Amino acid sequence: MDLNKKYTPQTWPDHPETATLEGKNKFVGFWLLLAAETVTFASLFATYLALKDKGPSGMEFTASGLFELPLVFAMTMILLTSSLTSVYAMYHMKNHNFKAMQAWLGITVLLGLVFLGLEIYEFNHYVHLGFGYTNSAFSSAFYTLVGTHGAHVLFGLSWFIALMLRNAKRGLNMYNAPKFYLAALYWHFIDVVWVFIFTVVYLMGVIG
Amino acid sequence: MSSIAQKKGFGATVWDYMTTVDHKKIAILYFISGGLFFVIGGIEAMMIRIQLMKAGNDFLSAGLYNEIITMHGTTMIFLASMPLLLAFMNAVMPLQIGARDVAFPFLNSLGFWLFFFGGIFLNLSWFLGGAPDAGWTNYASLAMASEGHGIDFYTLGLTISGFGTLIAGINFLVTIINMRAPGMTYMRMPLFTWTTFVASALILLAFPPLTIGLFFMVFDRLFGANFFDVAMGGNTIIWEHLFWIFGHPEVYILILPAFGIFSEIFAIFSRKRLFGYTALVFATILIGFYGFMVWAHHMFTVGLGPTANAVFALATMIIAVPTGVKIFNWLLTIWGGSISFTTPMLYAIAFIPSFVAGGVTGVMQAMAPLDYQLHDSYFIVAHFHYVIVGGVVLAILAGTHLYWPKMFGTMLNEKLGKVTFWFFLIGFHLTFFIQHFLGLMGMPRRVYTFGTDQGWDAYNLISSVGALFMAIGVIVLVINVILTTIKNERVGNDPWGDGRTLEWAIPSPPPFYNFAQTPLVRGLDSYWIEKMEGNKEGMVYAEPLGDIHMPNGSFIPVVISFGMFVASFGALYHMDGDKAWALPVLIIGLAITFGSMLVRSLKDDLGFHITKEELLRDAKGGNKDGSK
Repeated sequence: MDLNKKYTPQTWPDHPETATLEGKNKFVGFWLLLAAETVTFASLFATYLALKDKGPSGMEFTASGLFELPLVFAMTMILLTSSLTSVYAMYHMKNHNFKAMQAWLGITVLLGLVFLGLEIYEFNHYVHLGFGYTNSAFSSAFYTLVGTHGAHVLFGLSWFIALMLRNAKRGLNMYNAPKFYLAALYWHFIDVVWVFIFTVVYLMGVIG
Repeated sequence: MSSIAQKKGFGATVWDYMTTVDHKKIAILYFISGGLFFVIGGIEAMMIRIQLMKAGNDFLSAGLYNEIITMHGTTMIFLASMPLLLAFMNAVMPLQIGARDVAFPFLNSLGFWLFFFGGIFLNLSWFLGGAPDAGWTNYASLAMASEGHGIDFYTLGLTISGFGTLIAGINFLVTIINMRAPGMTYMRMPLFTWTTFVASALILLAFPPLTIGLFFMVFDRLFGANFFDVAMGGNTIIWEHLFWIFGHPEVYILILPAFGIFSEIFAIFSRKRLFGYTALVFATILIGFYGFMVWAHHMFTVGLGPTANAVFALATMIIAVPTGVKIFNWLLTIWGGSISFTTPMLYAIAFIPSFVAGGVTGVMQAMAPLDYQLHDSYFIVAHFHYVIVGGVVLAILAGTHLYWPKMFGTMLNEKLGKVTFWFFLIGFHLTFFIQHFLGLMGMPRRVYTFGTDQGWDAYNLISSVGALFMAIGVIVLVINVILTTIKNERVGNDPWGDGRTLEWAIPSPPPFYNFAQTPLVRGLDSYWIEKMEGNKEGMVYAEPLGDIHMPNGSFIPVVISFGMFVASFGALYHMDGDKAWALPVLIIGLAITFGSMLVRSLKDDLGFHITKEELLRDAKGGNKDGSK
């Protein structure tokens, strides 16, 4: 693969992420990895549901007493929006518009950082209320499920930032196009998992 | 492994293997380390049998016995059987589909090194305060009460090696989906490739639940979480579910490639096309599919209720159907064939009755009411050794003989091979057949001793003598390997003479790019088709001779894995609370891992090209060992 080959929007292929064998392999392999990630989160969700509101006798905190929707709703909207902005970034990637792609990725990263900040604030808030990781089986399951998602967000953000910095000066080519595409795919996956967390943990939690 | 490779210095060879991304060399790495762990697991088995040789024996203490049975099971499943099968998958599968390498050569190497460091970490427990002692299933109710660090070695070690296996699974799936040679449709893939495919899919979906279960236990033991702490609202049954959602597919991850190896052997040494190829393929897929729906049959006595038990009992019995389909297909492949009784074929023929015996006891246990009687008795021990040893280990031994020429370029001695076979087979049945009766007589599983008044002495002695026979068989195999390596008589492309699939159409061992020209596949058993049509080259080509793109070697996989290894020590000793160095070690380890991943990500790695001229020079008998 020639990294110096210059593309124009006209010569750039419709699907640069799968235009090379390496790209095709990465594409299929990453979807398979997401399948494994799905099973991972399914295990976490199942455990959370089994341990929801379970704790020592006289336990203070339960889901319906603890969770409040406004902040979590804002987080949901922010993360959903960041998924949309990453779609815009991929739209420009496919049109070989590097600057616009970087800009939309930048917005995606900012939204992701806000989400992560709010999540840290939320956890901090719970801990100050006295709902610590070791309080009960419920607290362990909650922090592990939502925290694993948060770790994925952190990894996704680091991935975006590393890609943006690494390729800032050389623009798009057939070698890095699949990398951008997969990072965006990963970001969508994180978003989908959050939708389930919002539903299963928070909405169902508030209902009781 | 050619004459040129042997001229390389020892250090250069080690460096070559530590940085290689060549699937054939990674196969050899898997083979050697899997073989090493197989010997360790075997020594542990011998110690178990020595302890149980007579009533009231004091060869091992009760605590040490628990550690040894735990490590025997864990080692044999995770560190011996799986890597040895991964060795054959790596060595043969890409050749069978006409590929030059796997889809992700770098990840292939990473998968191996993660497994390797995980296995070393687990076994270091022997020297660092004691091995895990809660059984290979590591049930939370036992594990949470275990003192010392044994359980932590188990959880962290298996987490690392589990990541490696998951990576290998994804890699094989993508390789088979994307890298098949022109004409190699799914329904022309050799059975070993098919079983690799399905087993890899099982790895993909079964390992994450195990990883999550292991994480829960790490968090519970190291960071004070309460997943399995009943007083804090936890539930130890969650571990059992997660473990068996992984654990049952795991036994199919082991047995399906074994079925694949035997399918190849039956066709080659009966000199016949596999009977019912399509049925065999669909039976493989069905077994993989049902494999996820039967996990609770390991938990009949937990008290999930009659409905759950009935559902899982029925689902379990259904698996006997596709397995039966396979057995009959193999029998009908042999039927009317022109059979040659080579060592691999002996193993394959012995496998059928041995495995069927294990399958029948499996269906017995599928009946939940009967399982209440058999549960946790030696009957269970007999059953799973009949399927694992009678299926998987026989396949590994058969595969060792069958693929030795393709992996190393020499033939194992057939006479010694048959000596190994007879010792191993007789020893195997002597050891485990009688354990069915010990179980029915009431001997519980995992007891470290028994009394003279219980009437189990003679049967246990017979069982121990059988284990000795198996050990002799393995020792003869080791001697065979040493003699063969010293003699070093090189063999040609198709040393068995009746190879049917593409791997037999190229030199043994193949050049590092496998195929100078990508083959064109014209049907099932493509090499056989060309042979029957008198094609001297054994292949028709899909492309003219031209430059070949190959991946660069890399040392980064070793560094990533080593970082995880270091971090695990930090996590493990962090729980003591009095070791200030533990947290920095954890952080440094993770920094090594993620730092080297970042380096890998930021540094372009475009590989290199072999030119047409070099290929032509190779064809005249030049450099074939992969050194540039």
